[in-house]
Amino acid sequence: MHRRSFLKTTGLFALSSWARRASAADAGPIRIGLLSPLTGVIAAGGRELVDGFNLYWDQVGHKAGGREIEVVVEDDASNPNTALQKARRLVEQREVHMLVGDILANTGLAVAEYVKGNGVPYFIPVIAADDLTQRKRIPNVIRIAGYSASQSTRPLADYALKKGIRKVITVSQDYTFGHEQCGGFCQVFTEGGGSVLQQVWHPLNTPDFSPYLPQIQSLRPDAVFAMETGADGSRFIQQWANFGLKDKIQLFTSMNATDQSIIRTLGPEAEGVISAGHFCEGRDDAANKKFVADYEKAFAKLPSIYAFSHYSGAMWLAEAFKASGGKVEDRPRFLEAVRKVKLSASPLGREVSLDKYGNPIYDMYIRKVARRADGKLWNVPVEVYPGVSQFWKYDPEQYMKQPSYSREFQGIKKA
Amino acid sequence: MSRNAVPFAVVAAALCAVPFAAPGYKTSLATEMLIFAALAMSIDVLAGYAGRTSLGHGAIFGIATYVVLYTVTVAGGHPWMGALLGLCAATVAAVVFALLAIRTSGVYFLLITLALGMIVWGICLRWTSVTGGENGLRGSVRPSLLAGPVPFYYFVLAATALMSYAMWRFVHSPFGLTLRGIRGSESRMRTLGYDVSLHLFIGFVVSGFFAGAAGVLYAFFNSFASPATVALAQSVAALLMVLVGGVGTLVGSFVGSVAIISLENFVSFHTERWPMVLGLVFIATMIFAPEGLVGRARLMLARYSPQVRKP
Amino acid sequence: MLAFNALNGVTFAALLFVVASGFTLIFGLMRIVNLAHGALYLVGGYIGLTVATKTGSFLAGAATAAVAIAMVGFLIDTSLLRFVKGYELRQVLLALGVALVLNDLALIVWGGDTFTVPVPGALQGPLRLGAIAYPRYRLFVLAVAVVLFAGLWFLLHRTRLGALIRAGVDDLEMVDAMGVDIKRVFIYTFMLGSALAGLGGTLGGAFLSLYPSADVEILVFSLAVVIIGGRGSLVGAGVGSLLVGMLATFGQVWFPELAYFVIFGPMAVLLAFRPLGLFGRAT
Repeated sequence: MHRRSFLKTTGLFALSSWARRASAADAGPIRIGLLSPLTGVIAAGGRELVDGFNLYWDQVGHKAGGREIEVVVEDDASNPNTALQKARRLVEQREVHMLVGDILANTGLAVAEYVKGNGVPYFIPVIAADDLTQRKRIPNVIRIAGYSASQSTRPLADYALKKGIRKVITVSQDYTFGHEQCGGFCQVFTEGGGSVLQQVWHPLNTPDFSPYLPQIQSLRPDAVFAMETGADGSRFIQQWANFGLKDKIQLFTSMNATDQSIIRTLGPEAEGVISAGHFCEGRDDAANKKFVADYEKAFAKLPSIYAFSHYSGAMWLAEAFKASGGKVEDRPRFLEAVRKVKLSASPLGREVSLDKYGNPIYDMYIRKVARRADGKLWNVPVEVYPGVSQFWKYDPEQYMKQPSYSREFQGIKKA
Repeated sequence: MSRNAVPFAVVAAALCAVPFAAPGYKTSLATEMLIFAALAMSIDVLAGYAGRTSLGHGAIFGIATYVVLYTVTVAGGHPWMGALLGLCAATVAAVVFALLAIRTSGVYFLLITLALGMIVWGICLRWTSVTGGENGLRGSVRPSLLAGPVPFYYFVLAATALMSYAMWRFVHSPFGLTLRGIRGSESRMRTLGYDVSLHLFIGFVVSGFFAGAAGVLYAFFNSFASPATVALAQSVAALLMVLVGGVGTLVGSFVGSVAIISLENFVSFHTERWPMVLGLVFIATMIFAPEGLVGRARLMLARYSPQVRKP
Repeated sequence: MLAFNALNGVTFAALLFVVASGFTLIFGLMRIVNLAHGALYLVGGYIGLTVATKTGSFLAGAATAAVAIAMVGFLIDTSLLRFVKGYELRQVLLALGVALVLNDLALIVWGGDTFTVPVPGALQGPLRLGAIAYPRYRLFVLAVAVVLFAGLWFLLHRTRLGALIRAGVDDLEMVDAMGVDIKRVFIYTFMLGSALAGLGGTLGGAFLSLYPSADVEILVFSLAVVIIGGRGSLVGAGVGSLLVGMLATFGQVWFPELAYFVIFGPMAVLLAFRPLGLFGRAT
């Protein structure tokens, strides 16, 4: 349903944009190259990314800063080779003024390397690789409406400590995003006096978590932090419940594992799972409620983080276009405008702006999966940590002296 | 031979004129077409002339790419050194593949090369300390002389022309004729006293060498290597180029490469349904034109110009 | 712990058997490496999901999936594969094309979300087996695989069709020369193999879940099972499934770094030195 209307919308839009282009006065439209994994392992998220982004432009009539907005979509097929190829195509063949999007960190890194060489602005509302706004930052890569991997798990660790949890086991997908999320969690958790009994790393697309579960149970942790995304998240939550662990050990997960893209096809096994994130679809706030309602009306489902971040990202860009008078060709001025945006009245909550390294500062919500009145599952906030930056309470320059999180370095403080 | 000289000259002139007639992005697209044509041709050497269709050449190609990237971005070496090491690595990989694969033929050969390719992919994905895991290796590796798209295009054109010529001479040499004999009937060649296994082994290694050369060019082109570079999809795409162009024609690899890359460029402009289009092209080619575009053209030429055929 | 993981390996092997048995029949008799088998699994799973969700009956879902995919198999065989009969490589590549098309169609129809086929309450949750609590559903899959093995064995060894299939696996030309309508046997075999893939999709979709790359994953496992076990052999499929299932499970726990190697290594070695696998027979 949403797919057909998307196609229809895009088709109509494409037609009308040609017409508009023909009749444009002086400056043509602002062309935004949107990269998204529309096929491949993260195809569901990719679809929502595009839907969320376009929803905003549809709502404001495809205009901002006095110019038409043209969105050119390319599929990055969930793989970095294709992402690189499509980024080149968008910039060199389709002559877009900026690139936005991508979901998987490796695709983002490949495109970031490409734009490092030619200065094209690249905005990443979902790519969460820490170092892109820390040790390896690139001036024209800005994480509007996005978050860095370790940013969201630190409040979760703090919350766990507050709840009296002292022994934790982490289970994570074995790749950079997983390392960074776990690192953020483990560092705060151990610095606060907790201990990490074990860390389980498994390859992406693990069909079977059953080999790990009995081991976890036998170690008797107070809680388990599961860093999962995509199908792994869905399977983990189900297998956790199927093996009878749900009522025995508290489950914390990454915000991706309790994202709508996963819980909307799950049942009672997902209820009560706690995660932390800057997006909480059950939050009682005007802008948030409006966005969720609009999205639900357009696409018959609750929005996931992919839709949310790109909707907010589009809003951010619109502000920047307005502030720079639509002159995106003047890159330094445009990028400056992007950096100075203070986004208010967005689903992100109270006024959001970037820190001086290009990453936003948010209120982070500790969320719990619960049932809405109509039976659908969604996340409701149980606590809020205001103004969390990518550096938590650490001094940025000091923090960046420590190595990047990896399998070997998890920030664990030896007792 | 003189019959072919005129079309050849025309094509050569056209290829040289590309940066002027089709500047900017189109030139880099043409560069990509040449690189993949070279990969496809290396597959054709084995499939068309020795009768062994491989689904592992993408992995050999990608190994060269990885080695170039690693040499320059991690080990701090010179790009040309990387190129040399890449060629060596690809050849070694081809030797290993060949040792395991030449005892089989037909579908089993396809499956074993597929399996070996997947092992390479698995290594590239999991050996994070060396290959960068799923993030891959990135960083500028193109030699500084060739930095611009136009000089690079001419370099690739020259390299591809050289490689094509070498492959052409190879399949038309006595060794190549033996390979064709093996494709025709292994048992016959054996009774005639030929060491079939040795011939196939050498043929595979030579073919792998050229796949590696294409991989080096790709490293210079892309400045990026990731598990996707060695994945099965790479071998499948290159094989499709051979099939669409025409197995056993060598020049068909160019036709196939241009056709598939242009098609992909066109299709992705309008829709994200490229995988479906790719699948349909596979199906259509297998049913309607299994001998490929060039093969079909040759058949039709032979049929409609009987006076050219010698008795 | 060991018993637990062994059960995991065996129940995973059970699913692999359901899917690979179909693959091995098609490969054994028709000499077709049906690279679309994974896509048939996935589409079957999605169909089973939709029917089971709408009707509330897992059984209805599984049955519909099997029948529907048998029909799809019929279509593929009669309208596409017949054009390339006798050309082994072309069949393989055509099947690959079909796999790409089916996968993309599934993406259009069901989208990319991860789905799980709903199972009846009686099969949910764990069962106490002495000291361990093991998921009921996985034991159910094991039971299904055992029953299926018995059923297929009966089909192959006690019915005329089965005898024809076995004869065809051994010596196709002889069967043809004996005046049997081999085309009909082929079609039935392809339909049966496809039905098993569809059934496998519904079964697997309940504990491994369904998502866009599930088809490639199961295909890879099926290939390994059939190569190791030997084409056209039911016992081979059984033994191959057990080996691959155990290797995958224990490999994941003991050697997570070598995940793919553990499957493809033995497969490559066997292909190089004993392409017929453990139980395959030379023709």
